[in-house]
Amino acid sequence: MLPTPSTSHVDPNRIYEPAEDSYLLLDTLSSTNETNFLKHHFGQSGTQSRNAPTPSPIVLEVGTGSGVILAFVTANAEAIFGRPDVLALGTDVNNFACQATKQTVLQTCEGFARDMPSGLRRSPSESTGLLLATLGADLASPIRGGMIDVLIFNPPYVPSAGVPDIKGNTLDSEPAPDDAKSRAESYERDSRLLALSYEGGVDGMEVINRLLEQLPQVLNRDKGVAYILLCQQNRPEETMQRIYNWVGDWYVEVVGRSGNVAGWEKLCIIRIWKG
Amino acid sequence: MKILTVNFLTCAVKACKTSPLSFPLHFRDAELEQSDIGYNPSFLRNILPRVDWEALKVTATELGFTTVPSEKPNLDPAPSNTDLPAPETAMETSEPDVADEKVMRDLHTLLLETEVREGKMVCGNCGHEYKIKEGIANFLLPSHLGR
Repeated sequence: MLPTPSTSHVDPNRIYEPAEDSYLLLDTLSSTNETNFLKHHFGQSGTQSRNAPTPSPIVLEVGTGSGVILAFVTANAEAIFGRPDVLALGTDVNNFACQATKQTVLQTCEGFARDMPSGLRRSPSESTGLLLATLGADLASPIRGGMIDVLIFNPPYVPSAGVPDIKGNTLDSEPAPDDAKSRAESYERDSRLLALSYEGGVDGMEVINRLLEQLPQVLNRDKGVAYILLCQQNRPEETMQRIYNWVGDWYVEVVGRSGNVAGWEKLCIIRIWKG
Repeated sequence: MKILTVNFLTCAVKACKTSPLSFPLHFRDAELEQSDIGYNPSFLRNILPRVDWEALKVTATELGFTTVPSEKPNLDPAPSNTDLPAPETAMETSEPDVADEKVMRDLHTLLLETEVREGKMVCGNCGHEYKIKEGIANFLLPSHLGR
């Protein structure tokens, strides 16, 4: 089993901490089934000349939160994709999450390179993927069309009365003066940031649907892959049926499930890909 | 934010996506810093096919980097390499051209080691400015530009 990145620097009052859903994504992405799929999909083909460059996969995690998933995928690129040369991007509407993610990814990759057996030890650029940037952004809105090979999304999926407004907020992380009024304001802001990480509106599907709309545009047109976590209240079967009906050769399959049927959160992970 | 990032970004405003002017975004008042990433030619060779070269040249010029070649280095081995292995080509691959090595090292520095810490990126179509603070660009739009 691949080690879970440390997120001890993450402030749980304003950033979603790794939880059951995050761990299900880690387990799924590192499962034999998915690593075989990804190695086949993005591996350096054995039939080509060793000299021929094979384009590095670009991985985008949308809504990184603590950065635990992006760090895991970037540091373990070789185990997951069969090649370490993966380029990683992350977005989040919460500036604290963007900062935390950067730290999580960088320290996980450095630790990974440092902890390799000395005979195998290489610099981080040879043994892990590379973080390009974490961006303050709504979903994948600033990403150029067709650029993303693998998109990962652990969405706000909990059904709620509405989705908090992301406008004009969240990227301003200046420390406020320490008086009662500003303490109340920063408490309110932090509550809203946390709510943004889990409140999904009607059926928990409002944010997921917006991402699904962007997906065909943002993914690599020949071989893009997306992993999206859904809960039972999102009615995953209906969502999958909708994706089957997209124009073009799209496939969708459940590739991970939480074992706990009795828990109120029954989770699954769907893989959407271009055949 | 690494310089290479801007090669994969565009304006977040929906109406700009179809305009060729929205790519690449243009750096203004960029404060750069260098990080030390081990030079790894094989990683760089696999990154170059992902790079839009014309856009990179625009970015490099705006940031004052003058060493980007006018054409993307051709990294595909000649077909003769696999079909008819000739001794000369074998010599070439075992002893890389010094000039190519210099080009590759400069690209490594520009694309992977150079980070933008402060500044902004501007859309050539709508003129919207995206601020970069502490290395993190803010692409959240004010409400009048909407989703």
